[in-house]
Amino acid sequence: MSTRYAFYPGCTLHSTGIEFGASTELVCDALDLDLVEIPDWNCCGASSAHSLDSTLFLALPARNIAQAQQIEDVDSVAIPCAACYSRLAAADLALREDEHFRGQMEDKLNFQYEGRLKPRSLLDIVANDFSRERLAGKVQRPLEGLKVVTYYGCLLIRPPQYTNRWDDPEHPQTMDYVMELMGAEVMPWSYGVDCCGGSLTLNRSDVVVHLVDRLARAAHEAGADAFVTACPMCMANVDGRQKYRGGPPIPRPEKPDYEPLPIFYFTELMALAYGLSLKKVLGKHLVDPRPLLGRLGLV
Amino acid sequence: MEPDLTFVEQVSAWSHQNVQRCYYCLRCSAGCPATPFMEFTPAQILRLVQLGQKETLLQSSAIWLCIGCETCGTRCPNEIHAGAVIDALRQISMAEGVTPGEPKVAKLHEAFLNSIRTWGRLHELTMLMQYKLTSRDLFSDLDMGLDMFIKGKIHPLPKRIEGVDEVKSLFGDARKQ
Repeated sequence: MSTRYAFYPGCTLHSTGIEFGASTELVCDALDLDLVEIPDWNCCGASSAHSLDSTLFLALPARNIAQAQQIEDVDSVAIPCAACYSRLAAADLALREDEHFRGQMEDKLNFQYEGRLKPRSLLDIVANDFSRERLAGKVQRPLEGLKVVTYYGCLLIRPPQYTNRWDDPEHPQTMDYVMELMGAEVMPWSYGVDCCGGSLTLNRSDVVVHLVDRLARAAHEAGADAFVTACPMCMANVDGRQKYRGGPPIPRPEKPDYEPLPIFYFTELMALAYGLSLKKVLGKHLVDPRPLLGRLGLV
Repeated sequence: MEPDLTFVEQVSAWSHQNVQRCYYCLRCSAGCPATPFMEFTPAQILRLVQLGQKETLLQSSAIWLCIGCETCGTRCPNEIHAGAVIDALRQISMAEGVTPGEPKVAKLHEAFLNSIRTWGRLHELTMLMQYKLTSRDLFSDLDMGLDMFIKGKIHPLPKRIEGVDEVKSLFGDARKQ
């Protein structure tokens, strides 16, 4: 299979998910995975478009598929963000199966839907298009002693009609496989597909704090030092809400009854294992992972 | 309350879900992360749709607390995506000018979409400013926001994509408000 992919970075990869963007670039370079950014891409609409509008939530990502078709010699769109991936997969399904919608979009966006490009999660691509030997062969500094829980969250693996079950929606294993190849110890836990609270983080932070606390207590119980994720929303919530508890900063909100655990993008841990420098991004986490990595001799 | 007998058809059409197939096994509600905060569980929402309780549902806070995690739809033995049904309820409530049961949630979604309409992509800072001003939720999370700003995770200036007019045209007739 080609190692050239159309690339949809999504809005967060240069902002709140800057660690994901930088580490994706490093890991893809190391694997000779050629990412061709979709020209003039737009936001996928995330959680907001489907909440307020019955057409827009498919139309916004459909434009990205139209734009991606300008890239020749690729058969997949690589999408690091789980939420963007889900939105593009939904739009592609609608373009393929809903003739009325397809006609509407082709008129409006002045393109012909080819059905050539499959929206795929970057995790799926890394784990399934590259051999075990190639992934493991690049490891220079195995993540020995690092105990992680793999946190898949929601949209990476659900619902199955968008994902076509590239991994199991209830018991996914792909991130476990990659982390084990990197030399990390994957701790069993039961919360890998539980939701972090998504976009309620700013307006109902009580809900998100409740859900993140449950995840963090379970991760502690599993004996993990850190979470691993492939979703910028999971990252923002788990990283942010263990530390910042919502509401106004004055008076000081109550602290959690556990020690906050760092959370990594899977690409960050791959970059570390490949011996690449993450100096620029590790300090951007809200729960600083450097003390943990320092203790294990990984930075 | 007087039932609206056309409501189940309206919701089924908007959501592309066959709401009538629900036989109330409650798998959706057992797995839903938001139930502790909702006055109706997803299964109760489906039942209320079946019973034509339009006003109760459109004014509820529950329909705004669905996170869209797709656990319900993944587990439903009748392949009903309760999340899509709840999206349809929000969309109908906006289209019909009902005051949202969780005004701040709706304000954030509006600010988010406004950012896409203006820039083609999300620009967090201007989106947050609109959200804060319209929701009057001025002082929450200033500590987290400042931390992220200092770390360079929130850009001060937005950038507009070239195809912003094309993006805007997707809003045009799709917007029913």
